[in-house]
Amino acid sequence: MPDDHFSAMRQSIIDGAPDTASSLAREAVASSIPPIDAINKGFVPGMHDVGEQFAHGQMFLPDMMASAEAMRAAMAVLDPELKKLGTERPRAGIVVLGTTKGDIHEIGKILVGTMLTAHGFQVHDLGVDVAGEKFAAKARELKADIVGVSALLTTTMRNQKGVVEALEKEGLRSQVRVVVGGAPVTRRWAEEIGADGYAKDAMSAVTLAHELMQQKLQIVS
Amino acid sequence: MRPKLELLDKPLIERILDEAFQLIEDPGVRVAPYVEDLLRSAGITVKEGVAHIPEVLARRLLDLVPRGFCLYDRLGKPAVHYTGDTVHFDPGSSCLNILDPETQRPRPAMSTDLVRLVQVAEMLPQFAAQSTAMVCNDIPPEIGDWYRLLLVLWYSEKPVVTGAFSASSLNTLIDLLAIESGGRETLRRNPRAIFDVCPSPPLNWSEFASKNLVDLARAGVPAEIVSMPLAGATAPVTLVGSVVQHAAECISGITIHQLAQPGSPIVWGGAPAIFDMRTGKTPMGAIETAMLDLACSQVGKYLGLPTHAYLVAGDGGVVDAQVEMESGMSAVLGALAGINMISGAGMLDFLACHSIEKLVIDAEAIASAQRLIEGIQPRGVSLAVDMFAQTGLQGDFLKLKETRTLFRKEQHFPSGVIDRGLPSPDGTTPDILQRARHRVDELVATYERHPLPDEVERELITFTQREAKSSGLEGLPGILCPEPNLTK
Repeated sequence: MPDDHFSAMRQSIIDGAPDTASSLAREAVASSIPPIDAINKGFVPGMHDVGEQFAHGQMFLPDMMASAEAMRAAMAVLDPELKKLGTERPRAGIVVLGTTKGDIHEIGKILVGTMLTAHGFQVHDLGVDVAGEKFAAKARELKADIVGVSALLTTTMRNQKGVVEALEKEGLRSQVRVVVGGAPVTRRWAEEIGADGYAKDAMSAVTLAHELMQQKLQIVS
Repeated sequence: MRPKLELLDKPLIERILDEAFQLIEDPGVRVAPYVEDLLRSAGITVKEGVAHIPEVLARRLLDLVPRGFCLYDRLGKPAVHYTGDTVHFDPGSSCLNILDPETQRPRPAMSTDLVRLVQVAEMLPQFAAQSTAMVCNDIPPEIGDWYRLLLVLWYSEKPVVTGAFSASSLNTLIDLLAIESGGRETLRRNPRAIFDVCPSPPLNWSEFASKNLVDLARAGVPAEIVSMPLAGATAPVTLVGSVVQHAAECISGITIHQLAQPGSPIVWGGAPAIFDMRTGKTPMGAIETAMLDLACSQVGKYLGLPTHAYLVAGDGGVVDAQVEMESGMSAVLGALAGINMISGAGMLDFLACHSIEKLVIDAEAIASAQRLIEGIQPRGVSLAVDMFAQTGLQGDFLKLKETRTLFRKEQHFPSGVIDRGLPSPDGTTPDILQRARHRVDELVATYERHPLPDEVERELITFTQREAKSSGLEGLPGILCPEPNLTK
């Protein structure tokens, strides 16, 4: 597989071009390129670049949304191929995501979910207006490593604390790391409610998730 | 003449309204089951939780909204006039954090912080109304909304801009106001408070918000719609597109409200903002956010309705030049736009934090804005000739009687927060934060609480103890010195 094909895949993500990404993914399958190579050498580096550029203020949220859409289009082609081969991407961790109770905003959460997925996490998105108990139930069901709770409003960010409490009540707190984010949320708030981390944007959520997984693995080992 | 700023011309306002009316019919407005029957009974089609409101009906209901009404102070005097181009300011609402007066670092707000802010705002004539400015973290959340209202009523005689945290607690807040006002009928006649009610963008009246609209309308207590389109995120990216959405949310809210009780007072208000495409934050100090506020309120004015907006807030995390530049600019813009109630003073960090020091600095910006809208007035028969006739070319205007009688009308004299070259008492040159701290201390020291009548205080305390019991609240945080017989 020529490197320029991987380069085109990467560029399709940077350009936020779902049709191109999907087409390149299909070409890869037709050319018998291992789907895992197309993902890890082509599309994921594109998402990584987007994340980097976003973190440096060179790309903007609408660009990132478009890139995420392109990534989804590529994965829609490649995921079934992985399954056919009986393989799957090495999983970086299991994440349950949602917007806190009383809040129906999900842009930030979608971006975080997309970036985490692109970086190898298995993400289950509970959607919006999610009660703490629901987070806890899904975390138990999936044996989640991380629960991510988003809030856009100052009035609903208080409910992030309810998620920490629900996990405690269910006896899951020692196994599940809690990450909070959203426009009004701060690191101090995360500390105050007993969360394990605060991510200011989608890219830092990925970095934080990797760090938390490292910590978790060290504790286990 | 009174200076006035408008951002939209008439044809554009008509287009905005035309599209807003289109939106409330198709795609329609998501509404809660609580109001579906009410809407259907008026002939509105509601399918799968979405109401399709015809323009003709919405326009008819808009016509029923009072064009003006007042909020009353504790003494029963009209103190806030929601009408025409009258401009009032109140501190921002519902903050979780406060900048600690000592460390100037954010920390969770407590009831004593709210009390201090209320005392300061009470002493500042720039604020016509108080707000339930903070969420007190030492109060159990389930009683947090009405307890903070209790604190404001306890320490202030000014009208209050407030709001409930849930559908079920609204009546508790109204009960509290009714005790203070001497009954629900008096409260209806002379409302002491107005309640913010927020649709969820885009075009969604949740169970909580719908129920609040209906219950407020039926109680005759004024409601203030706080529509919050975030341009580019939860609303169209164009400023004018967001103004359309704001109008659609307000019109649909008014439809629900007026169907519940025709003629009940309601305000065309909001806290629109742009959505920063780099950070996902909602900068309240951005000029585009102020433009949205002004344009949204201009549409409300065009319809002849009372108006509200969220301005005088900054986005930095500390009280600094950026925050005050943003706050001062928007105070001036809001005043020039003739918005009836401008909320937001004291707030910073994207509305996540309150600062009492900032509140007193904002009060100076507000005073300047208030002076600005007084405009330049002719005073006396001639403008200048008569004074020249007295002094000739000697130019000794300082000695003139007119100078002495008119300078207080012509010039606003700021407090010591503003450095106009007056020497400080200790000969030092404090910076603005030090001056603001001094001003806060000075205002708190001179604040004097005016107690409510004994029987009202007793009833409020009894009410509070009864309502708070189930949530495990111990004592009465923030109420520092009730007379011993009141707590029994």
